[in-house]
Amino acid sequence: MARKVSTSRRVAMSAVAWLVALLIFFPILWMFLTSFKTEADAYAVPPKFLFFHWTTENYVEVQSRVDYVLHAINSIVLAVGANIFGLILAIPAAWSMAFSPTKRTKDLLMWMLSTKMMPGAGVFMAIYFIYLRAHLLDSRWGIGFLLMMVNLPIIVWMLYTYFKEIPVDILEAARMDGASLRNEIIYVLTPMAVPGIASTMLLSVILSWNEAFWTLNLANVNAAPLTNMIASFSSPEGDFWALLSAASVLAIAPILIIGWFSQKQLVRGLTFGAVK
Amino acid sequence: MGSIELKNVRKDFGAISVINDVSFKVNDGEFTVFVGPSGCGKSTLLRLIAGLEDISSGNILIDGKDVSNVGPAQRGLAMVFQSYALYPHMTVRNNIAFALKMAKQPKNVIDEKVNKAAAILNLTDYLDRRPRQLSGGQRQRVAIGRAIVREPAAFLFDEPLSNLDAALRVQMRLEIGDLHNNLKTTMTYVTHDQVEAMTMADKIVVLNKGAVAQIGSPLELYNKPNGLFVARFIGSPTMNIVSGPAAAKRNAASIGIRPEHVDFSTSAGEWPGKVRIAEHLGADTFVYVDSDAVGPLTVRLEGEAPVKPGQTVYVTPQENRLHRFDRDGKSMA
Repeated sequence: MARKVSTSRRVAMSAVAWLVALLIFFPILWMFLTSFKTEADAYAVPPKFLFFHWTTENYVEVQSRVDYVLHAINSIVLAVGANIFGLILAIPAAWSMAFSPTKRTKDLLMWMLSTKMMPGAGVFMAIYFIYLRAHLLDSRWGIGFLLMMVNLPIIVWMLYTYFKEIPVDILEAARMDGASLRNEIIYVLTPMAVPGIASTMLLSVILSWNEAFWTLNLANVNAAPLTNMIASFSSPEGDFWALLSAASVLAIAPILIIGWFSQKQLVRGLTFGAVK
Repeated sequence: MGSIELKNVRKDFGAISVINDVSFKVNDGEFTVFVGPSGCGKSTLLRLIAGLEDISSGNILIDGKDVSNVGPAQRGLAMVFQSYALYPHMTVRNNIAFALKMAKQPKNVIDEKVNKAAAILNLTDYLDRRPRQLSGGQRQRVAIGRAIVREPAAFLFDEPLSNLDAALRVQMRLEIGDLHNNLKTTMTYVTHDQVEAMTMADKIVVLNKGAVAQIGSPLELYNKPNGLFVARFIGSPTMNIVSGPAAAKRNAASIGIRPEHVDFSTSAGEWPGKVRIAEHLGADTFVYVDSDAVGPLTVRLEGEAPVKPGQTVYVTPQENRLHRFDRDGKSMA
């Protein structure tokens, strides 16, 4: 029989859950509110919560200063593009490592992960000059390729752990059933790996979306994503919190919307290993 | 048609030899069981026949054709896995139809074959379910259905019943037996359970440490084990093995007598002893006797025997049922 949960306990649990959720959500909410304030209200002490002069002038200002649509498209193209090409490379790599491991497989995985331990600044000069000579600075192909390479170790690693959980018996059954390697991957492996691939994809998109170091340094206008746009609203003329907030809201809006609709998949992906 | 012949088959994993020079022939239509303790190589042997593992040396012939270097799908065999290995994302229908789809058979042929297999296996009502919505026995049937539709030269079963509970295991054992009687296709079956082997097999291949210990019909193995290993492995409860003076008296290093082949008395006999435990099963009584002369003995008595722990009893082997073994554990004539 299931454990009995008293009403008071349930109410307390709900209250705590709401409190934690609000705490986590508060910065985003505050940023959202600030983006509709005048700069004076944004600085007001004590802070004004809801009763201030609501204005959309910050959004107008953002629009007039930067090409939001261009940056948003760049962010989408870079994140999705890096993700798709990353998966095309990572799925076969993870597949072979999971199902035909050799003595070196573990070493190889560790080596791939170790590249993530090196700070990007460590190789920045080399990559900058390669990109300069190859005319890849500020190009979508160039930046997208780099984002893919930066995330590839994590994608391969994640897919590898998902693939490892697929019972080999089932693939052998497919082999007995006369499936070619291609059909085995298309009809058996991939459908079983879809939850894993989906959450890997989501994580990879988020990582690419949030990438700022490489995009700030290698992209200027044409290939600059939203992270560059936000950055352009900070320092130079001092801090304009309301304006910065408006730019940030615009920058995170797409990913928030995607996240909202895919949260079920995301949660499943993040808990996938634990529940099986 | 589906005869399977192994000629001097070896399988090494690195320096370890898992299958060591195994040769035997499974005739068309025969139900052959590979049996042996865990780690004896019986599953590996099945996987070698299936083509899921490459042999290190030797030849495997199916219907007289050497398939040693042929891929698993081209060997015309179907395998039922211990874990069932159903495709979790496909319905029962698609699970069964998968091999036919891979063989690019026309849709109406596939439907017909799937429906026929489902009818044989009582799965018709479950065709649109997914494996996780089925019970263990039903999953097992789907796995068998997947094998049937391919109309294979031979079926390979890898411990198919070990995940089922005892009652279901007996039922599925009968169903597989029926299936063999109906299809008359060669079946090769791996199990560690000697009862399964005895009840289902036409021919049993007993394996020990990667080599064939003995091949024969269930009763041949029961009546004429060729050595201590088979003598101990086949039969339940296990054969009593006695060495020392009692064996020397019969010119052997050790002698074996099955629990059902002794005379049991409370007044006189060759081996006196005390009853340790008596198990009353209704139809049989298993009496475990501690004898100072020959060590522990198991006795199987028919019906309900009024035996109590601590009681002094006498056990006498039936001479014509005695098995004699030499110093190397081989049977003596």
